[in-house]
Amino acid sequence: MERNGIGKYENYITLGALIVVMGSLPLLLSNSYHLSIMAFIGINTMLAVGLCLLMGYAGQVSLGHAAFYGIGAYTSGILTTTFKMNPWLAIGVAAVFTGVVAYVIGVPMFRLKGNNLAMGTLGFGIIVYIIFVEMRDWTGGPSGLTGIPSLSIFGFTFDNDLKYYYLIWAIALLFLVLSLNIVNSRVGRALRSIHGSEIAAETLGVNTNKYKIQILVVAAMYASVAGSLYAHYLTFINPQPFSFKLSIEIVVMVVIGGLSSVWGALLGAATTTVLSEVLRGVIPQFLKGATGEYEIVVFGIILMVVMIFLPEGLFSGSVRIVKSWRREKESKQRTVDETAIVEPSSVVAEGHLAVEDK
Amino acid sequence: MLDDSTSAVMTNGSLLDARNLRKSFGGVVAVDGFSFTVKRGQIVAIIGPNGAGKTTAFNLVTGVHPLTSGEIHFCGQRIDGLKPYEIAERGISRTFQNLQIFGNMTVAENVMVGRHPRSKAGILSAALSLPNARAEEKRIFEVAMQNLKVVGLAHRAMDAASSLPFGSQRLLEIARALAVEPKVLLLDEPAAGLAGQETKDLAQLIYRIRDSGTSILLVEHDMELVMGVADWVFVLDYGKLIAAGTPSQIQSDKKVIAAYLGEEMD
Amino acid sequence: MEFYQQVLQYLVTGVTLGSIYAIIALGFITIYNVTGIVNFAQGEFVMLGALIAISLYKNQVPIVVAFVGSVMVTTLIGAALQRIAIRPAKGASTLTLIIITIGASITIRGLGLITWGPDPYSLPAFSGDQPIAFGGAAIIPQSFWVFGATIVVLGGLYAFFEWTLLGKAVRACAINVSAARLMGISPSSMALFSFALSAGLGAIGGVVMAPMTLATYDMGSMLALKGFVAAIVGGFTSTPGAVVGGFLIGILESMGAGLISSGYKDAIAFVVLFLVLFLKPNGLFGGRDTGRGGL
Ligand SMILES: Nc1ncnc2c1ncn2[C@@H]1O[C@H](COP(=O)(O)OP(=O)(O)O)[C@@H](O)[C@H]1O
Ligand SMILES: [Mg+2]
Repeated sequence: MERNGIGKYENYITLGALIVVMGSLPLLLSNSYHLSIMAFIGINTMLAVGLCLLMGYAGQVSLGHAAFYGIGAYTSGILTTTFKMNPWLAIGVAAVFTGVVAYVIGVPMFRLKGNNLAMGTLGFGIIVYIIFVEMRDWTGGPSGLTGIPSLSIFGFTFDNDLKYYYLIWAIALLFLVLSLNIVNSRVGRALRSIHGSEIAAETLGVNTNKYKIQILVVAAMYASVAGSLYAHYLTFINPQPFSFKLSIEIVVMVVIGGLSSVWGALLGAATTTVLSEVLRGVIPQFLKGATGEYEIVVFGIILMVVMIFLPEGLFSGSVRIVKSWRREKESKQRTVDETAIVEPSSVVAEGHLAVEDK
Repeated sequence: MLDDSTSAVMTNGSLLDARNLRKSFGGVVAVDGFSFTVKRGQIVAIIGPNGAGKTTAFNLVTGVHPLTSGEIHFCGQRIDGLKPYEIAERGISRTFQNLQIFGNMTVAENVMVGRHPRSKAGILSAALSLPNARAEEKRIFEVAMQNLKVVGLAHRAMDAASSLPFGSQRLLEIARALAVEPKVLLLDEPAAGLAGQETKDLAQLIYRIRDSGTSILLVEHDMELVMGVADWVFVLDYGKLIAAGTPSQIQSDKKVIAAYLGEEMD
Repeated sequence: MEFYQQVLQYLVTGVTLGSIYAIIALGFITIYNVTGIVNFAQGEFVMLGALIAISLYKNQVPIVVAFVGSVMVTTLIGAALQRIAIRPAKGASTLTLIIITIGASITIRGLGLITWGPDPYSLPAFSGDQPIAFGGAAIIPQSFWVFGATIVVLGGLYAFFEWTLLGKAVRACAINVSAARLMGISPSSMALFSFALSAGLGAIGGVVMAPMTLATYDMGSMLALKGFVAAIVGGFTSTPGAVVGGFLIGILESMGAGLISSGYKDAIAFVVLFLVLFLKPNGLFGGRDTGRGGL
């Protein structure tokens, strides 16, 4: 069956192709700067996929997603430095903890509809950021935590960009697969029904609140794992990357990718990460002495333009336009080729074929 | 579809029993002391001028709006105060006067959502694509296709729901509500915007649904349809019940005629 | 300083802060009531108001003219925002509109950064810096301007909505768009007007507060958030509710910062938000049961 413009088999093919490409990419990029950017695309993919489920599928905006990312990073950081916990265990504990936090704030938050939810999550993001800065005894305050151990397993230590690249992408792809499965399931349909018409969904037996909270928890846990990996990869953290600006960037990733497209989230993460990096290099060249967050102008314009003209997102929107354009061409051809009237029964049969395809 | 244990607990033989429903929105009393019942196997209609409170009554029964006062009993149990999804799980589903199609899904998927309360796969088994979830997904699809056949939309199953013409979208809402396997199906102006022949087909469809064991509560302006299919008619005006009876009793009721004439004048 | 004096001082500061939040909250609900949109760029109007006034003043424009000029320019920017970004997305979902106004917010903020750079600016107080003693607390004269501005804005809005035809048209639109259209009121012009009005309100808030805080390109987001919380506390549709909400947040924040910890100052508004959401989701003054679903 067709979903987000990509069929199920196409999903497997895309996934296979992606594994091959991501697996062999390091052979082309030996430069550690490029590798680290690729690793960050993987981390951002985890963030974007989660938000895509929440925002694109369930239609619930979160402007505080960076907070979950930060909670993951800090929980891992604190557990492995102050408490000397095993890093892998810490990643799991952090994910569960972040999930619990998401649940606890999700319950009151989802009493808010649309607009207010956005502000509520924004506020949550700000509170968490303030906590990172202010709880110095735990978080090290503005200067952060250092000495977070690298990950290692059975004597194999992840001690360079290449190794982290593979680790991060293995997990990012795992999250992609899990998300695709969720999307193509009863639960995914329930999520989309909330976006389509919340009232209709409820009267058809969908406990909309339950699913909103569940998907928030899933998205938060993805972000938490991304944060933990970030912490172990860089071995130090401070509050700065977990601010409102990142929350907005994650929204940009999802919007570029296509709100309800899991693959789009990956594309959006890649585009946004690279764009952000390029802008950081380019802007100071024509704005002398520019040191601030100038790139937000570009992101702001992207958000407005895409939402005005392609509200389903840049990637999905373009796919849809190309498809409908192709279909138009096909149907024109068909009326030319086949003058015979299409029997209704044969159309029904086609429908059944599609059933078997599934 | 009803087993004996549920019919045993039913009071006075009615499946759905609404007592003294009242709903006010700020100052507007949309439904004012309205009582009605739907018995097993019946087609019951609620009619009344625009703004009489018919849709609001549906919203109360399905839990979309909380009651201001009154009680709703279904299969002998109180259902007022329950969440809409809980009411759906118990066997009441509906269509909407202002269509609430899931425009972001295919026709088949719309109906598959209706199977939600009759299926189980949770987020974990879905994420891991466990065999039981996959098998269930297949069954959901099959049942959805059957429901689409009932309303005659099987051939459009794979199309985007938003691409259907208006009349077919109304039918899609019926198929979707049927997928819940309701004991009572609430239809809110199903004939609005339908052409002559489509309305005749709709009447047949309503009979077929009733014959398959689902009782029907119908809100409709098309009097020919109502008087043709309904076993019993309740008439609302300004939120109040002004008459109830068989179609022929209603047609000769002075109050009803006055209410409708009043509407025509303004 | 005695404890009681300290509390009084915090109270004074809180009322001043609260006045600003109240003006911003009024901006939020003006747009919301007419269009159903929560405008995430509301805080940017405050920033623009402050920085434009400062720029004008730096170029030898008298303060009064700078004030009026800044409010007018910002009003135009608000109108332009509605025409450029909101109107083309006609019929869009709430989600889409939220993202558009967020995009607008960070675009304006970024443009602010390009125009004024990251450095803070200040404006001299309108009527001197000599504090006035008040029962042991010191009040800077600018506080009266801020407080006065809120009262004037509130009174002005009240008079406008109650006594003018245009105001009544805006209200009609807020109550029922299609009925308003039948009466010959164009919802699109009303939407334009609400954005312009709201931008103007934000700018007034920005100018009067500029002498008390340093104005920067990114001052808007935090102010907008607190104004938003104030509006939520007040029920989000009620004008007096928004003002009371503003004062409440301002006072709680000032007390909390003074008596508990200044580091968590910015978190206080959100703690209030969560408490309100938990205990009274319709706001402290809202009890209305309105399904905006309209089936
Ligand atoms: N969600 C709501 N909020 C406020 N008033 C409502 C709402 N729903 C219905 N009403 C009012 O209740 C009355 C009855 O409406 P409705 O039930 O839709 O009538 P009908 O379906 O019989 O045409 C009308 O006056 C309508 O304006
Ligand atoms: Mg109705």
